Amino acid sequence: MKKENFFLKYKTFTIFLILAILIVLTAIFAPVVSGGVDPTASDLTQAIEAPSSEHIFGTDKMGRDIYARVIYGSRVSLTASFSIVAIVFVVGLVLGILAGYFGGWVDTVIMRIADMMIAFPGLVLALAVAGIMGASVRNAVLAISLVTWPKYARLARSLVMKIRHRDYVDAAIVTGSKTFYMLSRYMLPNALPTLVITAATDIGSMMLELAALSFLGFGAIPPTPEWGLMLSEGRAYMQSAPWLMIFPGLAIFITVVVFNMLGDSLRDILDPKSE
Amino acid sequence: MILCSPLCLCKLFLEREEFYLSKKQLISRLLQIVVVLIGISFITFLLTYVSPGDPVRHMLTASGTMPTDETVNAIRQEMGLNDPFFTQYFRWVGNCLHGDFGDSYMLHKPVVTLLAARLWPTLKLTIFSVILMLIIAVPLGMISAVYKDSWIDYLVRGITFLGVSLPNFWVGLLLMLAFCVKIQIFPVISSGGDFKSMVLPSLTLAIAMSSKYTRQVRTAVLEELSSDYVIGAKARGVKSWKILWLNVFPNSLLPLITMLGLSIGSLLGGTSVVEVIFSYPGLGNLAVSAITSCDYYLIQGYVLWVAVIYMVINLLVDLSYYFVDPRMRLKR
Repeated sequence: MKKENFFLKYKTFTIFLILAILIVLTAIFAPVVSGGVDPTASDLTQAIEAPSSEHIFGTDKMGRDIYARVIYGSRVSLTASFSIVAIVFVVGLVLGILAGYFGGWVDTVIMRIADMMIAFPGLVLALAVAGIMGASVRNAVLAISLVTWPKYARLARSLVMKIRHRDYVDAAIVTGSKTFYMLSRYMLPNALPTLVITAATDIGSMMLELAALSFLGFGAIPPTPEWGLMLSEGRAYMQSAPWLMIFPGLAIFITVVVFNMLGDSLRDILDPKSE
Repeated sequence: MILCSPLCLCKLFLEREEFYLSKKQLISRLLQIVVVLIGISFITFLLTYVSPGDPVRHMLTASGTMPTDETVNAIRQEMGLNDPFFTQYFRWVGNCLHGDFGDSYMLHKPVVTLLAARLWPTLKLTIFSVILMLIIAVPLGMISAVYKDSWIDYLVRGITFLGVSLPNFWVGLLLMLAFCVKIQIFPVISSGGDFKSMVLPSLTLAIAMSSKYTRQVRTAVLEELSSDYVIGAKARGVKSWKILWLNVFPNSLLPLITMLGLSIGSLLGGTSVVEVIFSYPGLGNLAVSAITSCDYYLIQGYVLWVAVIYMVINLLVDLSYYFVDPRMRLKR
């Protein structure tokens, strides 16, 4: 009874949750959704074919089926952006809580490093890092994580600092609570909700950054089916084969819209003040 | 007024005591810039040192010779690339302090010359795209705020919601498809530097930024509209267009300045994606080719440039509040 009420009450959230689950299911069951077509199987006799009943999104210069590649592309995009969000969430949360709780030199060291990263446009550094380490999805994930964690650390720190010297916290310390207990039972629950909201709203922009890196050639490498990479490969055939860049772009756009809307509606539910 | 020249700001700072950033704060901000530069240069240098790519091998392959281990090693020795990490790092820092940022491996020219040559095109693109963005975002945001909860507000909000999810490289490609390939009014390669070649790159950037700014303008205007002085002015019978343009409009631009500073800062670093799509000869494009060919000195120089410009602009933004917000002048 209560559950039904929740989903009926927050209709936008429910709709986008269902859409997001559909996208995730598409990624998991990519072989089924693509009809068993191998996204990397090339057939040069069928190169650059316009969308038809056989290849509904057409084929690329290697004769690979664009529909299958777009479907499989969701795997790379979703796993990579979820990994980025997970990494920056955990790293930012832990470092932020430590900095806020202990203060002193721990705080100084962590926050000066974070300041350094923030005093710099993120994508430029991510580009340099990903490029220098060599193009791969893993390196792109690491590069974007490297420039994104300070945002989470700052947030967690400020939330911890707010309650750090409240009487009930001091009382808990004085009555002999262990440091780990203080961190996990007092500080963590206080920082968690805001960070979860931030992470949820960030998934979409992480996807965009990742696709941008791949587009520039510093992310996924051929023949991986990845949306940003597909767009960059399709660029050369813009005139003769516009479908090469329309469908992967549409896939990024739709996925990012769904996850952005999901994040926004989650924020509205958890934090009504922000509206 | 917002884009007041740094020189004028510095002069003003020296003349006036009641400046909003105290001297101490200004000095600590400048020190912070130096610390960040040292940190950033160290990280990039470390990365290039441990990276799997070898600039010498790239250089030789590019010039058409088959690199053998022997020649590669000889050249590395000659260029000092086999020296220990700290020797290399401090040599490079020392040279930088003398104004020598090294020569590009790829183009065999001083890094400073290469960066300087790309500066003007990137600056033009930045100014152009910010102006275009403001032309789109300010009216939309204001209309949306003034007619809050009407159909036009919902329309604008809907578009901005979709807009923030649009990948800018896709926008660029679609614009190119529409205006260069289908109706051929703009050149596909924007390396000419004339007005025509600027239109599409700056439009792409403007579209990508405008959603965020439209929302921001809307929020700011709504906040102003609900403040007491607006209600007071209405009660006194001041015409609503007068309130809107003479009071609400200038006041709601204030919170935008910080955001604009950040945007301009990162635009001046070059917007690699858009510049690559349109083959625009800007800094971002140079950076991408430097990274692909392991041109380490050029990467270092570029990263330092971006860091400096980003932080200096942020500092200028903070200083500029002195001019646009009279309250800051009273504070002390």
